Amino acid sequence: MSEHEVTLTVNGESVTRSVEARMLLVHFIREDLSLTGTHIGCDTTSCGACTVLVNGKPVKSCTVFAVQAEGAEVETIESVAAGGVLHPLQEGFWEKHGLQCGYCTPGMIMTAKEFLVRNPNPTEDEIRRGISGNLCRCTGYNKIVEAIQYAAEKLQADAGGE
Amino acid sequence: MPQLDDRTEPHSELADGVSAQVPTTDEVQIKTPENIGGMGHRKKRKEDPRFLQGKGNYVDDVKLPGMLYMDIVRSPYAHAKINKIDASAALEMDGVLAVITGEDLKAAGDLHWMPTLMSDTQMVLPIDKVVYYAQEVCAVIATSRYIAADAIEQVFVDYEPLDAVVDPFEAMKDKVIVRDDKDKKTNHIWHWEAGDKAATDAVFNDATTVVKEKFYIPRIHVSSIETCGMVANYNKVREHMQIYMTSQAPHAHRTVFALVSGIPEHKIQIISPDIGGGFGGKVPVYPGYVICAVASLVTGKPVKWIEDRSENLQADSFARDYHIEAEMAADKEGRITGLRVKTLSDCGAADAAANPSKFPAGLYSICTGSYDMKAAHVEVDGVYTTKPPGGVAYRCSFRVTEAVHMVERMTDIMAHDLGVDPADYRLKNFIRPDQFPYKSPTGWEYDSGNYEAALNKAMDMIDYRGLRKEQAEKRAKGELMGIGISSFTEVVGAGPSKDYDILGIKMFDSAEIRIHPTGKAMARFGTKSQGQGHETTYAQIIAEELGLPADDIEVEEGDTDTAPYGLGTYASRSTPTAPRPTASGPTRAVLPQLRARPPQWPRGRSGPRRRRSPRTC
Amino acid sequence: MPVIPGAFDYHSPRSLDEALSLLQQHAGEAKILAGGQSLLRYVEERGDHLAIGAMTREHALEDSSVVRNSYSLLHDTALVIADPLVRNQATVGGNIAHADPANDHPATMLAYDATLVTKGPKGERTIAIDDFFTGLFENAMSDDEILTEIRIPKPAANSGGAYTKFERKVGDYAISAAAVQLRLDGDTVAAARIGLTNVSAVPMRAQGAEAELVGKSLSDAVIEAAGKAAAAECDPSPDLRGGVDYKRDITRVMVKRSIQQAVARAKGGK
Repeated sequence: MSEHEVTLTVNGESVTRSVEARMLLVHFIREDLSLTGTHIGCDTTSCGACTVLVNGKPVKSCTVFAVQAEGAEVETIESVAAGGVLHPLQEGFWEKHGLQCGYCTPGMIMTAKEFLVRNPNPTEDEIRRGISGNLCRCTGYNKIVEAIQYAAEKLQADAGGE
Repeated sequence: MPQLDDRTEPHSELADGVSAQVPTTDEVQIKTPENIGGMGHRKKRKEDPRFLQGKGNYVDDVKLPGMLYMDIVRSPYAHAKINKIDASAALEMDGVLAVITGEDLKAAGDLHWMPTLMSDTQMVLPIDKVVYYAQEVCAVIATSRYIAADAIEQVFVDYEPLDAVVDPFEAMKDKVIVRDDKDKKTNHIWHWEAGDKAATDAVFNDATTVVKEKFYIPRIHVSSIETCGMVANYNKVREHMQIYMTSQAPHAHRTVFALVSGIPEHKIQIISPDIGGGFGGKVPVYPGYVICAVASLVTGKPVKWIEDRSENLQADSFARDYHIEAEMAADKEGRITGLRVKTLSDCGAADAAANPSKFPAGLYSICTGSYDMKAAHVEVDGVYTTKPPGGVAYRCSFRVTEAVHMVERMTDIMAHDLGVDPADYRLKNFIRPDQFPYKSPTGWEYDSGNYEAALNKAMDMIDYRGLRKEQAEKRAKGELMGIGISSFTEVVGAGPSKDYDILGIKMFDSAEIRIHPTGKAMARFGTKSQGQGHETTYAQIIAEELGLPADDIEVEEGDTDTAPYGLGTYASRSTPTAPRPTASGPTRAVLPQLRARPPQWPRGRSGPRRRRSPRTC
Repeated sequence: MPVIPGAFDYHSPRSLDEALSLLQQHAGEAKILAGGQSLLRYVEERGDHLAIGAMTREHALEDSSVVRNSYSLLHDTALVIADPLVRNQATVGGNIAHADPANDHPATMLAYDATLVTKGPKGERTIAIDDFFTGLFENAMSDDEILTEIRIPKPAANSGGAYTKFERKVGDYAISAAAVQLRLDGDTVAAARIGLTNVSAVPMRAQGAEAELVGKSLSDAVIEAAGKAAAAECDPSPDLRGGVDYKRDITRVMVKRSIQQAVARAKGGK
C-alpha cells in the first residue's frame, strides 16, 4: 500500500494532498476537498452521477484514481456558476424542469457543458447520444434534453451578441 | 380483429354531452394575482438553485466529527446454515473498532429480529441461518470507509449451504422450509379473499363467454439513483439518538425505531435531508439502518453507512412478484358479469411489504377496476421463498398496478374474443355515471366518476378512430402497429383510516405554519419530498389559501424535531393530504391582523435598507 | 463495498523504459493502468498502415478525421464502445490487451488483420492479431511486455468495413456484434475478414462466414449464408443477455447487416 502526494487544480485552485494509491477521485473530491456536489450513484461506471471534467473532458470520477489526476485540471459542479451567476445550462435545467430529485443533475450538467463546447448547435439526437453515459431515474430525459437545447440557444445567442 | 367499418358507436350521445363539462388544462382558472403566485401560476422550483449548484445535502454529504464507517458482510448463499463467524482477523486490523453480529444484537435486547408492518418478523442479523442472497450477516465498524471495506474481506463465515427455493409454487410444496423459526413448518404465510365466491361461481355458470389467462408480474427493483444510507449519532450523555436517513417517512421511522430499540421516541430525532429519489424503496426499514443505529449506540460515536449499488439492487425491497390466474365471464350481450382471480404472492423471506393498508394483499381487490359487473371473487396466498423481502413500490399504490394490469388485459382478451373494438368494449362495460356512488363486488365504494367521458376525451385527443384506420392500412401492408388502452380506478392519497393504518396510528398528516411579524412564513410538514418539489407545490397551495406570496413561504420537511407528525410521502399521497390544514380557519384568522398592523421601524431613525433578493439564487 | 478497490502500490513511470524496468521488478504482480501520462498517444497514417498509440483514448478515434474518412469499421466501433464518458478515459490498447471477448476492439482488429507492436526487455516485436488472443483474458504478451502500438493495414481500393452491435442499453456489453472488412472486385468479394464480439470465450474470427463470401458474387442468398455460418460457428454462453439460440440468431443478423453496410461503403457509400 503506498501513499502519494498529488497536486492538481480543482476549480481553479491548486491543491496538494497525500492520498492512498487506491483513493478514488470521487472520494478525494467529496471527502478530502468536501466538494459534495459530485455524487456517487453506482459502483460500475454506469450512472454518471460522479461526472467531473478532467482536463476539459467529462469522466466518471468513480473510475479514476486520485493519483491518476496528478497535474490535471479538474472542474466540478461547484465551479459552474461563475461569480454566482448561473450558467445557461443551470438556467435551462431550472427553466425547463430538467431535474426532480437533483441527484444526477451535477453529473448531467458537467457532461452537457463539455458537449456544448464540442457541439454548440446540436440536434436532439446528438444531445441524447451526448448524455447517454448519464442516468436519470426521475425525469425520463425529455426535460433534460429541452434544458440542454435551451442552454445551446442561450450560449449561441450570447456568443452572437459579443 | 374487429373491422372499424362495421363498428357501432355506443353511448356516443351521452359521452359527447358529458365530455364538454370536463375541464381541460387551459380552462383551469388562476385565482391569485402574479405576485401571490398561487396554484396554476408557472413557477420555477424553489429547491432547484441548490441542486443546480451542487449544494444539495444528501445523507452521504453529512460528515460529523469523529464519524465512523460501517460496512456489511453479506451472504453468498440464498439459503445456508451459519456454523461460525470468525471476525478475529478483521478485529486485529488497524482502524477496526467492532464487528457486530446477530449474537451481539441478541445480547443488546433481542434486536436481531425486527417486526414488519405486515405483522411478520424479519432478521436484522442472523444467528442460525441466512435466507436470501446478499442478506446482511454481520457489520464492521471502522475509522474509514476504505478500512471498513478491507475488513469485511477479513471476516470468515463458515456456511453450510441449504437448498434454495426461489419458485413460489415449489415453495408451496413445503419441501424446503424458509422460516423454521416459526411454529408452523410451512412456507404458506396467509390466505386472503375478497368478494362473494358463491355469487361469482353462479355468474360463471350462467356465462355465455369465459376467458382465462395467466400472468406473471415480475419482481422489480426501484433503483433510485441515490442508494440508501444513514448517519446515526448517539449522544450518551443526553441519551439522545440523532439519525440522518434516506427516509420517505421520517416520523413513521422514528416511531418504528422507538418501538424496536426501546429508546424513548422523544429521544430520537430523524432527519431526512435531500433524498435522491425514493420510489417506495426508502419506505421500508432495512437491517442496515438498525445495525448502523446500534453501532452508534455501542460506540457512542457517529456512524455512517452508505450501501453501494450492488447491495441496493441485491437486498433492498422489491415490488410486484405476483403470479395471477384470472377468469372473466360475459353474458350473451357481451357484458362483463364476473371476475375470478387466484394469485400467489411471492413475499421473499419475510412478509415485509411497506403496505399501510389493512389487507395483506394491499388494495388488490380494486381489481374489478372501472367496470360494472355482478360478482367477483379474489383469492391471494402469500408464500415465503429464499429471496429478499418486499412487495410494494412505485406506480403500485399497494398492488393496484397488478390489479389494473390484470383486469385491463382480461378486458382486452374478452373484447378480442368477442370481436369488439377494445375501446368500445370498455365504453360498454364502464360503471355508468348514474350508478355512483357505486359499491364494487369486492366491497369498495366509488364516490363519483364519469369513465365514458374520460375515455372519449382521451380518444378524441389522440384521434383514436383515425389511428385505428391507420393501423388497418398498415396491417394490410404487413406492417404492425399497436394501440394500447388502459383505464384504472385506484385509491390514492393513502388514505382513509377505515382501509389504512400504520402501527395503529391511522393515516394522517399535519402542517405547521408560522407567520413571522413581517408577514413571511415558515411552513413545516410531515411528508418528505424525494424530488417531487414539495417546497414549491406547498408554497403555492399556501399562497392560494392564505394570500401570502409563495416566494415569502419557506417550506421545510424531514426533521422530526421540528416538523409536525405525518406518515410520509408515497402512493401519491402528499399533495392531497399534507397541505390541507393550511386552509383551516385559525390560520386564516391571523392574517388580517398582521396586515392591519405590520411591524414598522420607528420613524425618524435610520432603518435597515431594503434588500432585493439576489437574482440567481 | 465492491466500489472500493483493494490496496495496491502505484508507480507512475515517465518513460516507456522506466515502465519496462518496473514491470521487470514486479514481474507477474503488476498491472498496467493507463493514467495521466501522455505517452503512446497518437492516431496517424504511416506508410501502409494506420498507427494507433496504445494509450490513445477511445474518444480520439471518434474525433479523428482520418479514422472517420478511411477506417469506417474502426469509426463505427469507436462510437459504440461503452458510453461517451468512458470513452474519454478508456484506451484502445487497454481494450485490446485485456483480451476480453466482450470488448469491441478485438473483433474489429481481427477483421482488419491488425498487427500489434509490443516492447519488452528483449526489445520490440510484432504480433499478428490472429496469434494475439490465446484465452479468456489471456494474450500472447509476456508479463514484462507492454503493448505500444496497433497497426491497421491501409484498406485497398474498393474496400469497406462496418461494425454492428446489438446491446441492451448504452454502456452494456454486446449481446452480439459483428466486425466486417471486405474488398470487392466488381460484384465479387475478393477478400473478407469477420470478427465477432461476445459470442465466444476467446475473441474469434468467423472463418466459416468469410468462406461463404470470398470468391462469391454478392447476393442476398450469399449474405444470408454468411450470417448462418457465423451463427453456427460462434459459441455463445447463455446469460442475462439471452440464451444460446437467441445469441446465435442475433449474430446471424449482425453479420448480415455489417456485410451489407461494408458492401455499400466499398461501393463508395457512407
